[in-house]
Amino acid sequence: MGRITLDQVTKSFGDVEVIPPLDLTIEDGEFVVFVGPSGCGKSTLLRLIAGLEDVSSGQIRIDREDATHLPPAKRSLAMVFQSYALYPHMSVKKNIAFPMKMAGIPKDEQERRIENAAKVLNLTDYLDRRPGQLSGGQRQRVAIGRAIVREPAAFLFDEPLSNLDAALRVGMRLEISELHNRLATTMIYVTHDQVEAMTMADKIVVLHAGRIEQVGSPLELYRTPRNLFVAGFIGSPRMNLLGGPEAAKHDARTVGIRPEHIRVSRESGNWTGTVGVAEHLGSDTFFHVHVPGWDDPITVRAEGEVDLRHGDTVHLTPDPDRLHRFDAEGMRIA
Amino acid sequence: MARAVTQQRKAVNTAIAWIIGLLIFFPIFWTILTSFKTEAQAIADPPLWFSFDWTLDNYVTVQERSNYFRHFWNSVVISVGSTVIGLIIAIPAAWSMAFVPGKQTRNVLMWMLSTKMLPPVGVLVPIYLIFRNVGLLDTKLGLIIVLTLINLPIIVWMLYTYFREIPNDILEAARMDGAGLWDEIVYVLTPMAVPGIASTLLLNIILAWNEAFWTLNLTAANAAPLTAFIASYSSPEGLFYAKLSAASTMAIAPILIMGWFSQKQLVRGLTFGAVK
Repeated sequence: MGRITLDQVTKSFGDVEVIPPLDLTIEDGEFVVFVGPSGCGKSTLLRLIAGLEDVSSGQIRIDREDATHLPPAKRSLAMVFQSYALYPHMSVKKNIAFPMKMAGIPKDEQERRIENAAKVLNLTDYLDRRPGQLSGGQRQRVAIGRAIVREPAAFLFDEPLSNLDAALRVGMRLEISELHNRLATTMIYVTHDQVEAMTMADKIVVLHAGRIEQVGSPLELYRTPRNLFVAGFIGSPRMNLLGGPEAAKHDARTVGIRPEHIRVSRESGNWTGTVGVAEHLGSDTFFHVHVPGWDDPITVRAEGEVDLRHGDTVHLTPDPDRLHRFDAEGMRIA
Repeated sequence: MARAVTQQRKAVNTAIAWIIGLLIFFPIFWTILTSFKTEAQAIADPPLWFSFDWTLDNYVTVQERSNYFRHFWNSVVISVGSTVIGLIIAIPAAWSMAFVPGKQTRNVLMWMLSTKMLPPVGVLVPIYLIFRNVGLLDTKLGLIIVLTLINLPIIVWMLYTYFREIPNDILEAARMDGAGLWDEIVYVLTPMAVPGIASTLLLNIILAWNEAFWTLNLTAANAAPLTAFIASYSSPEGLFYAKLSAASTMAIAPILIMGWFSQKQLVRGLTFGAVK
C-alpha cells in the first residue's frame, strides 16, 4: 500500500538550501496536493519522493520501509510528468507496456492490463499510433495509462495539466479525481493552481520557500488559514488584507476578509467606496471597490447578477464572523 | 508586390547557391573529366572540354601499376575501424557529459575541441618516434589508433549535442517505469539517438577516409590507404595528370557514392541543434 513518510528531509543545491528540514506523512489512499507559487520547492519535494533527486539529509519511508536511498525504479511509484515524457519512438501500446516489460510481467497479463487501461482512458482506437500523432489531452491520458498499469503504491503527478487548454484541463481534472475514487491509491499531485488543489485534494500541503506553511483539508485551509501567506494563496479571488487603523479596531496587525464574505449595499454599510471594475460573470459578479484612503481596492463577490457599474457609490459590510485576524508575524490570532 | 520581391529574391538565392555549388564541384568534375583523357590531352592548352577521344586507358594502367583493391581495403578497415572504436569510447563519454554533467564538463569539452586547433605537424615527430619504437609504423592498427584519437573530439561533440536534445524527462520517466541504467540506454536513449549516432558514424567515416596527413606520413607499402595511392601518382618522374586523375576518381568514388546516398542523414546530423 502507499503510506509515505518524510522525516526531517532536506535538500540543498550547492550552498542553497531549497528544502529546510521538513516532516510530512501521507496516508494510504490519500489524494494530497502540493501547492505553492513557482520556485516554492513543490516539484523538488515530489522529485525527492520519486527518487529522481537525492535528499541531502533525512529519511523517506514508503510503507514503513526506508526508501531514502532506493533508486526510482525500486520505489514502486509511478509518475506523470508535465511534459508527458512519452517515448516518441514507441506506439501508444508499447508506451503503456514499457513499465510492465521492465517488471517482467507475462505477455498475456500485459495485454489484459493494456486493454483495461485503454478502455478506462478512451485510448482503444489509438493504441497503434505514435505519441506525435496524438493531441495534448490524449498524450496525457497515455502518460496516465502508463502509470496505472504498474499498479504502483502511489502516483506522483507533476503539474500534469499545465500544458493543456482551459477546457481540457477541467475535463482531465475530473478524470483524475474519478480515477482516484476508483483506484483508491495514494496520489501526490503538484500544482501552482489553487483551484486544482481545492477541487481535487483530500489534503493540501501549502509550500512557500521550501517550507510547509500549512497542511489540511481544502476547507480547513479556506476557513482557518494559519498565516497570511496561506490566507492570500488559498481562495479565488484572493482574500482582501487590510492593515492600519482598520486592523487595529480588531486588535490585529492585519485583518483579512474574503470577497464572498462582504455584503454590498447601495444604502448603508461599514465602508463606503466607488466601483472601479465590475466583472459580470452571470453566476457571480466581482467588484473592485476603491475606498478613499486605502491603498488597494477591495474585491467583493456578489451572487448572481448585480447591476452596479463603474463609478457607482457602494457601501460594504464585512461578515464579522468571517474576519481573519493576523499578528505582527503574520500568524493567525485565534 | 511583396510577393514579387520574395520570388525574385528566391530566384537570386537559388542562382547564387547553384554557382557556389558548381564552383565547389568543379575541381571534382575536372578530375573525373581528365581521367578519361590521354596524358597529352590532359595538359592541352587551351583545355579540352568534351571534344577529345574518351579513353579508359588510365584506369587500366593505374590498376596494372598498383593494386587498387588493397588500398581500398586498407581505407575501409582504417576509416570504419577508427570510427567504430571512436563511437564505443564516445557514446558513454557523451552520455555522461550530457546527462550527468559535472562542474568541469564544459571545460573538458572545450579542451577536447582545442586539441583540434593544434597543427598536426606539431606532434608528428613524437608520434612517429613512438610508433617506430612500438612497431606501429605502416600498420593498419597504428592508423586506426591515430585516426581514432584525431576524430574523437568531433565524435564526442556531435554525440553530446545530439544527446542534449533528448529531454531529460523521458529518461527520468524510464527510470520511474523501472528501467535500470542498461535498459534506459538500450530501450530509450539509443533508439532516440540512432539518427544522431548514424550521422556521426557517416561523417567520421568520411573524415577518416579523406585524412591524408597521417596516412601519408605513417605508412609506406603495407597499410597505405587510398590517399597514399593517389599521392603515389605525383612522383619525382613527373606529373601524370590523366593517371593521377584516374587514381583520384577511383579513390573518391566510393565515399562520394556513400555520401550521396546518405546526404539527408548527414545534413541532419551536421545542422542538428542549430535549428530546432
